[in-house]
Amino acid sequence: MNAAESIGWWGVALGIFAGALRGGTPFLLVSLGECLTEKSGKINLGLEGTLLMGAMAAYAVSLNTGNPWMGVAAAFGTGAAMGAIHAFLVSRPKVNDIAAGIAMLIFGSGLAFYLGKPLIRPSAPQLPALALGGWSNLPQLQAALKLSPLFVIGVVLAFFLSWVFRATRWGVRIRAVGDAPAAALAMGVSVTRTRVTAIILGSGIAGLGGAHLSLFYPGAWTEAISSGQGLMAVALVIFARWQPVQCLYASLIFGGTQAIAPALQAIGISQGYYLWNASPYVLTLIVMVITCSTKRTLAGAPGALGTPS
Amino acid sequence: METTPTTASAPPAAAEPTPVIVPVPLSPVPAPTPASAPTPAVAARRWRPAVEAVALPAGAVLAALVLLGVFCATQGANPLGVFKAINRASFGSWYSFQNTLLRAAPLILTALCTALPARLGLMVIGNEGALVAGGLAATITGLACAAFSPWVSLTAMVLAGMVGGGLWVGVVGALHYYRGVNETISGLLMNYVAIALLNHLVNGPMRDPSSLNKPSTHPLVESHLLGSIGDSNVHYGLIFGIVFCLVAWVLMEHTTFGFKVRMIGGNIRAARMAGLSVARLGLITCFLGGAAAGLAGMVEVAAVHGRANDSLAAGYGYAGILVAFVARFRGLPIILVAVLLGGILASGGILQRQFKLPDATILVFQGIVFLCILFSDSLYGRFNCFKEKAA
Repeated sequence: MNAAESIGWWGVALGIFAGALRGGTPFLLVSLGECLTEKSGKINLGLEGTLLMGAMAAYAVSLNTGNPWMGVAAAFGTGAAMGAIHAFLVSRPKVNDIAAGIAMLIFGSGLAFYLGKPLIRPSAPQLPALALGGWSNLPQLQAALKLSPLFVIGVVLAFFLSWVFRATRWGVRIRAVGDAPAAALAMGVSVTRTRVTAIILGSGIAGLGGAHLSLFYPGAWTEAISSGQGLMAVALVIFARWQPVQCLYASLIFGGTQAIAPALQAIGISQGYYLWNASPYVLTLIVMVITCSTKRTLAGAPGALGTPS
Repeated sequence: METTPTTASAPPAAAEPTPVIVPVPLSPVPAPTPASAPTPAVAARRWRPAVEAVALPAGAVLAALVLLGVFCATQGANPLGVFKAINRASFGSWYSFQNTLLRAAPLILTALCTALPARLGLMVIGNEGALVAGGLAATITGLACAAFSPWVSLTAMVLAGMVGGGLWVGVVGALHYYRGVNETISGLLMNYVAIALLNHLVNGPMRDPSSLNKPSTHPLVESHLLGSIGDSNVHYGLIFGIVFCLVAWVLMEHTTFGFKVRMIGGNIRAARMAGLSVARLGLITCFLGGAAAGLAGMVEVAAVHGRANDSLAAGYGYAGILVAFVARFRGLPIILVAVLLGGILASGGILQRQFKLPDATILVFQGIVFLCILFSDSLYGRFNCFKEKAA
């Protein structure tokens, strides 16, 4: 705290910057997963459950194998399994995406809390940090630049997905299925199979966000490990206009907003601490109020988003 | 679909990730009878869809029980023993049934917060936020009315709770109708805003300095609390819930207001063409739904906690969503389903003590029930025994 005070308001800026990198990573991964899912025309509102399951599985596997990277793989696999349940449900007739998402949210968080009970005490091996701050002699900056390897994976994934959607056959198929399923079907693309694949992979990516939570920052398994990052995924994707690279910017903004309250507290300003905690949600609401309209569809929204298949 | 000024043949473009969500049960389902059929015969043949509408959810709950049994068996608990314990802890004796009813009361009210807007095609899941907002408004009012008589204070608290929750969800509805903001997402966000507001108030401006371990507001005057019905342990919140539910049921099924709302839920374009003011009806319905959840918050404050603290956000809002879905958004089944779920919630303690199953078991079970119910939605019309025979 003293060190933070010595650099004054710069400490706040640095805290927010560090928060953007650390706290933005789960936002980034869930929003990329949601973006992939929504590009195919389906919504997954249950990514909070997926995130918690991913966090729990990553922690458990890292604890039992001693290898955090096995934990990351487990998080992806668990997320994908959750996605498979969601995909199975929403590809049935008359099942509403949103309702299925809420069900998966309750189920996923319940299962994660249930299976995670024995994991609350022990401490699992953590992911190594990529320290990029060696050039600076400011300890705060060095701490801020200790990057999560999953953040790097997320950044690469954002650009990769953007390329996939733009330039690959598979990406075009996903977009076609999301924009005009009837036309895609007429072209011989299996709508159901494409959507199921997109949902499963998207959930797997969201599961990686859980691995960041339990294996890097905050770096322990508790039932309060996620503060709604998974729920925010849907809002983030709207904010990012269904563009993977913009998901990256949106996640950094949200991670930074989340860090305002702790950063202010570190320099001794604790008034409104709890109100500041609401800032990511208020920010999302404001952005949606400004950008949405009753007159037109949002630019970039997949045409068939949320319609029954 | 109100956001697409295009022709009917155009693909339903969305102004938001979820265009109008019309879960199957929303629209009144008339039996597919040929126009030439005589009226009495139509009435006589309506029972099959009605049986289907009861059999499928009941079957889904049964399937969920079986799945829970399998889950318990894999965890080393005897499934039959677990079921017996749940039954004993929830419906086994008058004492335990009172526990069940205590939990059913807020569930009835929060379920209405999803069920009422669902009738006009809005998927509002801001129940938890509305409950917290209502509870906060009721607490503030109750503390301000400490000098008045209990009746004045309680009436003011009921009104404040309903207005607080109603405005909270009303904002969600207004954002939807005037700005095209998706109501599901804004409702979710508003939940977090409400909880942050609650934490801010009970940790700061409204904090009772003597509440050390669990920051809370000052307690309400003892005599102003909501009492119990007769000599039972069940507080009047249950009556509030049942009355609200019955009023909502009459309003939705037997008034022109309800007919208009159901018409909007069935086909919003047709409702617009018919000259209904969709936004006004939508806002009123959202307000009513929020008022129900806000009343639940008032009841939790005035009958259970006696003050506001973070116990208000205990998950009744999210469980209410489940109740609304299982009851297919209908007024009367909500009471039944809320009592059932209340029973399951009431048995959480015994599962923990007797079977060493963590409290999250109940959450897992809720999830399984919800998934099974959704799966059963896709089975409508799949069973020939529920089909009307062609005349």
